[in-house]
Amino acid sequence: MAAVTQDTAVSTGRITRTFIYVVLIVFALFYLLPLYVMGVNSVKPLAEITGGNMMALPQTWTIEPWLSAWSTAQIGVEPTGLKPYFLNSLLMVVPAVAISTVVGALNGYVLTKWRFRGDTWVFGLMLFSCFIPFQIVLIPMAVVLGKLGLAGSVPGLVLVHVVYGIGFTTLYYRNYYAAFPTELVRAAMMDGAGFFQIFWRIMLPVSGPITVVSVIWQFTNIWNDFLFGASFGGTSQPMTVALNNLVQSSTGVKEYNVHFAGAILAALPTLFVYIVAGRYFVRGLMAGSVKG
Amino acid sequence: MGFLDIKNVTKSYGPVEVLHRVDIAVQEGEFLVLVGPSGCGKSTLLNMIAGLEGISGGDIAIKGRVINGVHPSKRNIAMVFQSYALYPNMTVGQNITFGLEMHGTPKPERDRALADVAKLLQIDHLLDRKPGQLSGGQRQRVAMGRALVRNPDVFLFDEPLSNLDAKLRVDMRTEIKKLHQKLKTTIVYVTHDQIEAMTLSTRIAVMNKGFVQQLGTPKEIYDTPANLFVATFMGSPAMNIVPATVEMQDGAPHARITDAEGAPRLLRFSQANLAGWAGKDILLGIRPEAITDPEGADRKSSNIQSFANRVTVTEPAGSDTFVTMTISGKDAIARMRADATVAPGEVFDFAINMEKAVAFDPATEERIPA
Repeated sequence: MAAVTQDTAVSTGRITRTFIYVVLIVFALFYLLPLYVMGVNSVKPLAEITGGNMMALPQTWTIEPWLSAWSTAQIGVEPTGLKPYFLNSLLMVVPAVAISTVVGALNGYVLTKWRFRGDTWVFGLMLFSCFIPFQIVLIPMAVVLGKLGLAGSVPGLVLVHVVYGIGFTTLYYRNYYAAFPTELVRAAMMDGAGFFQIFWRIMLPVSGPITVVSVIWQFTNIWNDFLFGASFGGTSQPMTVALNNLVQSSTGVKEYNVHFAGAILAALPTLFVYIVAGRYFVRGLMAGSVKG
Repeated sequence: MGFLDIKNVTKSYGPVEVLHRVDIAVQEGEFLVLVGPSGCGKSTLLNMIAGLEGISGGDIAIKGRVINGVHPSKRNIAMVFQSYALYPNMTVGQNITFGLEMHGTPKPERDRALADVAKLLQIDHLLDRKPGQLSGGQRQRVAMGRALVRNPDVFLFDEPLSNLDAKLRVDMRTEIKKLHQKLKTTIVYVTHDQIEAMTLSTRIAVMNKGFVQQLGTPKEIYDTPANLFVATFMGSPAMNIVPATVEMQDGAPHARITDAEGAPRLLRFSQANLAGWAGKDILLGIRPEAITDPEGADRKSSNIQSFANRVTVTEPAGSDTFVTMTISGKDAIARMRADATVAPGEVFDFAINMEKAVAFDPATEERIPA
């Protein structure tokens, strides 16, 4: 058979093609511009920025702003840098993501493979939690945290984020498992596998794509959250709140280079997660939605 | 009492009863096929034996032990699913031994059992592959291996061949039959394919609308169907059903029918007791192979009736030629030898084997007992 030629498939001329590429490149540059500004200004001395050269490459390169942002910058009243808050964020985000993902997977498993009377109602109510704005739950959440004695602590924040995240993770896993053949679960049941054995040996090994989706979604949301961190963080505030305190400080000189470095530091973990797991993200979303 | 006893079993979802008082006693080593159109309750019944669905009424017992509330894994049964249901993340070997592992069988014993089954099913060379790398027929074998390895009391098959292409289906059918003859295990097999039911089974339960319409050997089901449903469901092409009136002549009951031109004709019944139906309307059932050309007629039959009729359509199928004609205003099909010379539009002298004819009561649709 003759090779299929391209000429009828896309009948664009050279000029159209050039135009398309130019437009795409312009947009790409436009979107990359903020990152460029942050990048260059975080490695130049403050004097160069205040001198009015925001766009220029640094004349003297320095990593001083990064070191300062990390360990010595004034956050609120303490000159601690972002380091302790970065740690707070990590201590909060890892268990919160892990717990909400595992609970979401279990919920999805039960809602699709161990169905019970009223399960669609339960799922509907859980889904409803995805649409409740953060602000509405602030007061009741504060009361609950206070009663549990978790107010102003990392475990308290973990609890808040787990509760808020379960709606989303349950939605993901339920839709993913809805497309998972029930006959497999029945076969495993007849083979003598129990509830958790089926989950662990049969369901989880094929849940890779949706787990990536759940982890990325939860990680970015929890890491980037400001409101809960500011409201319930107390003495163990997360990175986002610290960054705000760094940038919004109203006394002294505004150290823009340090602010830029701090902002990049705050964004790095989510960037890292996207780069590592990003290509599974779209795949997992599709797998859940198309078949579900 | 049988090996597997299904006693008065019903299934209802809320107020809707989908399975009505099913009573089947399966003997050890029997191959029981549950056959019927979709929605007849055959898969529900199988799932109830498997323990995947609850029993609303009655008892199911294996070897005399009632298993109504027993967990599927503790009933000592194994099931082959329609989709094979192989665990995609495990190798063939792991798939087959998963059940043994879950039942706590030690590793050396598992390996020995796996080797035996793999040899029996000729899948030794596939043991390290994942199900995704197998063809349909191979997956089918692995699914059977998974059932065999546990050496269960009863095997359950849920339409295991319906996902295969036509040729492979016939091969695997023979394979399953061979396996049954060799291992002499008790099998309950669900299918909607009446040819599978006829070829594989030692007994068939024909089901419709949640009722067992007839339970019997393939021959009983085929030759003496209990009612119109069984008669038309089993057999391909289906049994010809034409309206007729019983008429007495020379002291013997005859079926009065009309030919393609509407002229009345009489066919003598072999069943003398149809005299009781003299003057009444019946439905006459004749299998296509009972209408042939005179040379192809069954020599052992004592009641071959000649019947000239106009041919509407001929369909040569290679091994046979199917001939359509009109009897009593209905289309009827005859199965002729491939080399019978029939042409559409002509009048042909058919031979009807009335020994094989059956009569149904038009009101109840039950067969009139011979």
